[in-house]
Amino acid sequence: MPRPKRIRRMTNPPHFKGFKPVGLTEEPPVVIHYEEYEAIRLSDFELHGQVESARIMNVSRPTFARIYESARRKVAQAFVQGKPIVFEGGKVYFDSEWYSCKSCGCWFNHPSREEEVTHCALCGSAEFEQNKEGPL
Amino acid sequence: MKIVITSSGNNANAKVDNHFGRCAFFVFYDTLTRGVEFLPNPFKEFEEGAGEAAVNLIAARGITKIVTGELGVKVKPILDSLKIQVIILRHKEKSIEEILNMLNHYA
Repeated sequence: MPRPKRIRRMTNPPHFKGFKPVGLTEEPPVVIHYEEYEAIRLSDFELHGQVESARIMNVSRPTFARIYESARRKVAQAFVQGKPIVFEGGKVYFDSEWYSCKSCGCWFNHPSREEEVTHCALCGSAEFEQNKEGPL
Repeated sequence: MKIVITSSGNNANAKVDNHFGRCAFFVFYDTLTRGVEFLPNPFKEFEEGAGEAAVNLIAARGITKIVTGELGVKVKPILDSLKIQVIILRHKEKSIEEILNMLNHYA
């Protein structure tokens, strides 16, 4: 049995579901995992080095390199063969777990993931909601 | 539970300071004893690394929550790893007294 994968950390999922090639009939899509999306984002958009990116995703440098390579190959496959891309799955957790309180209007995060959020961290109100994007 | 609030002045009527690392005063509040302490920010004039230095200071005092207006991108990962909760105010004109009253439910 292979060793279980370490959970990769990422900030925000892409805010759309994928890409479609122009002018082609539907082909089976290439599935890009969230961690692969994040690897491309960190390396080629934010321009972090591999060591830095690996640290941000909370995996080892070689693991990051594997994720990144797999991501690039999938993108290339989609480009060359004209396949759609969908973002799906992957072993990730989201770093941005911001909540906003409807009562006092503050934002708060929740670093202890194991515990459930039951009330606003500032005013104690139970009227709060989870947000995909945080204030930072 | 110990909470730190960033303040622009040294009394309870002062408004919350929007800058975390370069705020004028830190307000340390202990929900058990209801003790409030104002501490002038020793890192206010730092050109660089004020946020990190401030995190070290408050972490050494066993703080588990921060109430502020904004904080820098360098500071957030450190706070995450220390499991310090961040509360960011959206209505930024609140006074320290108002914030302390809002925290009363922890007592």
